[in-house]
Amino acid sequence: MKRNVRDQLIWLAIAVGGWLLIDLLTLVGIINPFILTIITMIEINVILAVSLNLILGISGQFSLGHAGFMAIGAYSSAIIAEKVDNFGGFLIGILIGIAISGLIALIEGIPTLRLRGDYLAIATLGVSEIIRITINNLEITNGPKGIFNIPQQSNWSIVYIFAAAITIIIVNIVHSKTGRAILSVRDNEIAAESIGLNTTKYKVIAFVIGAAAASVAGSLYATYLQSITPGNFSFMQSISTLIMVVLGGVGSITGSILAAVVLGFVDVILQNYGALRMVLYSLLLIIFMLFRPSGFLGSWEFSVKRLFSAKDKSQKETK
Amino acid sequence: MQVITQQIFNGIFLGSIYALLALGYTMVYGIIGLINFAHGDVYMIGAFIGYFMITNLHLNFWITLVFTMAACALIGMLIEFLAYRPLRHHGAPKITALITAIGVSFLLENGMTFLFGGDSRSFPQAIKLVTYQIGFLRVTNIQILIFVVAVVLMIALQFIVQKTKMGRAMRAVSVDTDAASIVGIKVDQTISFTFAIGSALAGAAGVLIGLYYNSIDPLMGMTPGIKAFIAAVVGGIGVIPGAAIGGWLIGLIETLTYSIGISSWKDAVVYVALILVLLVRPTGLFGKKEGEKV
Repeated sequence: MKRNVRDQLIWLAIAVGGWLLIDLLTLVGIINPFILTIITMIEINVILAVSLNLILGISGQFSLGHAGFMAIGAYSSAIIAEKVDNFGGFLIGILIGIAISGLIALIEGIPTLRLRGDYLAIATLGVSEIIRITINNLEITNGPKGIFNIPQQSNWSIVYIFAAAITIIIVNIVHSKTGRAILSVRDNEIAAESIGLNTTKYKVIAFVIGAAAASVAGSLYATYLQSITPGNFSFMQSISTLIMVVLGGVGSITGSILAAVVLGFVDVILQNYGALRMVLYSLLLIIFMLFRPSGFLGSWEFSVKRLFSAKDKSQKETK
Repeated sequence: MQVITQQIFNGIFLGSIYALLALGYTMVYGIIGLINFAHGDVYMIGAFIGYFMITNLHLNFWITLVFTMAACALIGMLIEFLAYRPLRHHGAPKITALITAIGVSFLLENGMTFLFGGDSRSFPQAIKLVTYQIGFLRVTNIQILIFVVAVVLMIALQFIVQKTKMGRAMRAVSVDTDAASIVGIKVDQTISFTFAIGSALAGAAGVLIGLYYNSIDPLMGMTPGIKAFIAAVVGGIGVIPGAAIGGWLIGLIETLTYSIGISSWKDAVVYVALILVLLVRPTGLFGKKEGEKV
């Protein structure tokens, strides 16, 4: 238990260290507002990638509907922020987004998570598109025009705090009893069922948590960029999140974070190439997949615990 | 009533296009278990090849159709050879192949945008439009053409799969790749052939849709690609007649939602239909039930 607390504190220290580093570089002037926007988008992508990895890599359920939950969060926050423009309104918007997307994930997950692999992917894609088309047709969401001039309530450091908190929460879930049950359902559903695990329950838990986190990412996106349209949350958004997860390594949370960071900067570099940008991006993607089929890190995970237990061991050996 | 009957007819013509595309998805998925995301873009390429052949070379429609199918077959084989085969040989995870397929799709879309611009072009009227009035129904010769070409190609496909040696090899590989290679079937060649046929059908669909809508652009493959995949899933992926029926079904659903005045919801209705079918029959309408293996 004590060791666990120590690991948590180390994680927290790493997170705070990262925050301080960005803050310091901003003060010195190395990070200008342009780079700061990129960093904020990377932080949002970290939330998206880590939460999708919980569903896809940890729980083994192929979901292609992440954009739908992101849209729910974005619209909840945007609509609330227009009425209550203060930090309280910001938090209410996030909570409403979590509640709605959690509920929809629950209703969606119980029947559809019985489906397997690609069938599940296409069903979740369908739900996500239904959400987007509904937003497109509603009055409160301003239809296809979207919502503009949303008060800017989040900044890079609020997004950073959320990204760090969500990552730490998800890593803790993975290492909890529930997380081990989720992993066992992924590895062999029938075996997990035979030892008395309610497999649907664990799949739904992972799915709902992932959806709620995606909704938070959506809320931050809307209150940072200040304008959203239903087109922002098409299935291309789900796909770009999926690319991050696979690029980083399915099942590796560290990999998801790394991929979000790398892709964020690749995007900046490619912006210099104008119309060729997407051609180069797709070529890079294909070539990378051909040479590293399991992503940057495969299923490798950075672990504070391992880092220190390795040290303990070597100390013991030297004694 | 008249409107509904008319829309049912229109739905069948539109559905023929989805059906042609869905056949490609269903064959590729049936044989290597890959959602070939780039399939919708092969259809786009087909439309562009048809466009250039008719406007620049002034070729007759039928020659264009045959040539486009051949060219798309080659493109399909090339994509399989360059992008999917190396992954298969390394035993890469399925999701890697999917991401590669998405990459190929992006490459075709953006490559075409880069080369020819993103604007839509008007497809030449290779066949003069004639409208027939049968009772209260209005049917154009192009609609009939689409339907007849689609049905003829489907029958040809069914013949290839059921009666020829290559078709038998395709079926064998789709059931068990390893066992098929043990009995001497050239697996790579068979998969390549499957891509060729699927892509040829997509190319034909591209030319036909160009003729029907008179407008083509580099992103035209995205939505029909997904709809066709849904059609294949609804029909039971891997089942060839299922894909055809699924295609017609999606075409009908779409035109019917149009005719009852909720056209802005038409895609949502298609997805609802998909989810309902999957909930009742998790492997599609005509799909085989998979037993759980311990």
